[in-house]
Amino acid sequence: MITRPLFTIPDAPKGETVTITFEGQPMVVPDGISVAAALLAGGARDFRSSVVGQAPRAPYCMMGVCFECLVEIDGVPARQSCLMPVRNGMQIKRQIGAPELDDLNVGDHHE
Amino acid sequence: MGWCSMSKEQLIVVGGGLVGAAIAYGAARQGVKVRVLDQGDTAFRASRGNFGLVWLSSKGGGMPRYARWTRDAVRLWPELHEELLGVTGVDSGLQQNGGFWLGFSDQEVEKRANLLARIDREVGNVPFQVMGPSELKQYLPGIGPKVIGGSFGAHDGHANPLMLLRALHAGLRAKGADVITGADVVELRHDRDRGQFTIKARDGQSWKSERLVLAAGLGIARLADQVGLHAPVTTTRGQVLITERLKPFIGYPTNKARQTAEGSVQIGSTSEDVGFDDRTTTDKIEWLARRAVDTFPALANARLVRAWGALRPLTPDGYPIYQGSDTCPGAYVVICHSGVTLAAAHAYVIGPWMGGLTEAPADFDNFQSARFLDPNASFSNDH
Repeated sequence: MITRPLFTIPDAPKGETVTITFEGQPMVVPDGISVAAALLAGGARDFRSSVVGQAPRAPYCMMGVCFECLVEIDGVPARQSCLMPVRNGMQIKRQIGAPELDDLNVGDHHE
Repeated sequence: MGWCSMSKEQLIVVGGGLVGAAIAYGAARQGVKVRVLDQGDTAFRASRGNFGLVWLSSKGGGMPRYARWTRDAVRLWPELHEELLGVTGVDSGLQQNGGFWLGFSDQEVEKRANLLARIDREVGNVPFQVMGPSELKQYLPGIGPKVIGGSFGAHDGHANPLMLLRALHAGLRAKGADVITGADVVELRHDRDRGQFTIKARDGQSWKSERLVLAAGLGIARLADQVGLHAPVTTTRGQVLITERLKPFIGYPTNKARQTAEGSVQIGSTSEDVGFDDRTTTDKIEWLARRAVDTFPALANARLVRAWGALRPLTPDGYPIYQGSDTCPGAYVVICHSGVTLAAAHAYVIGPWMGGLTEAPADFDNFQSARFLDPNASFSNDH
């Protein structure tokens, strides 16, 4: 779900931008910021559904502690979007419930 | 002096962890006027670090009375779970569909089988099954090739220790008990003529009661002898690891890992003799992680989100102390490290006893601390 952003990036640097997609919709965002910050500034409010109650969730702590900001990035489920910098061409999807353990060994999440 | 020094309870329980809260709840639900004094987060808080197993298998290999006590306790668990859910709406998370012990060598599986057979013979009604890998895989398809055997106990299970603690505290409120947090109890007095205890906290507050239960875990050391109780308490450290929440793939709790109802895998646990040090260490975290991956290889891909260490209060022989005071009648001490497994027995049996409603359970002399006074005896809690 993308709506009017709750957050904006003040004095957006005139520097480099990258293009990412969230649920198939492209977003042009400043290079060097986290995926969570980019999605929030782009108007995303619903990052994932919770494991137990399937309720919508969005980032909370923005510093790697709360695990509320989990998304699927380039096919790898349950990434902490507040800890990952954006990269051009990143494909991001909502994280639906808990990941399947067998799916966790795809992609490059051992960086 | 605060207002609370004016009122007198029938029973004061020092310690608001799983042991103290269960005993207090058991007395309060029978109409005893109860107050719980909880030290607060400066305490070592064993209940917050519990692994969460409701476990009978292999308990009491050196003390049949303890095996029987544990057997009766796990049978009472469903009743406590249902009652707390009904009274408080809080779900303790009990799942009691059996549990597995998993072994990595023929030698340890054989040793395990002999131990379980002996306990079942001595105690009765502690059935078990020893299984090879192919049979284990019917229940736990995720086990790896290093698991060469295991045992199954149909009576075993697991619960959520934090939710159990919350349910007990909600139950205490529902039953009219008073829970005071931040009460760092430092002094106990007994007035024999009036049959009255005075309990004083570090900040000067004090409370009076007719009966007194010390269930303060490691805090018991400096309190018990003030009311004539011998209560040797020692500790081991347990470190555990927690993974991210995952889709269910471990259908039964095991001695090496369990998956919670919410999807986290809890990997445990160490047993370390390191004194009053509840930190985590990288070597033990690595050891636990390797052992978990040897058990369930898919865990190699799981991300860890937390690790913690907690101190278990336990006696020199690892079996509980349930002891009344001879010199200060009405004072009791309880030391045990199985606050989850024994919760229902603490509520339904120990609470009424120490609350003054019933006699001590049969054969409870076995749990008296006099067993530690024999100068020629040596003890080990490593079993």
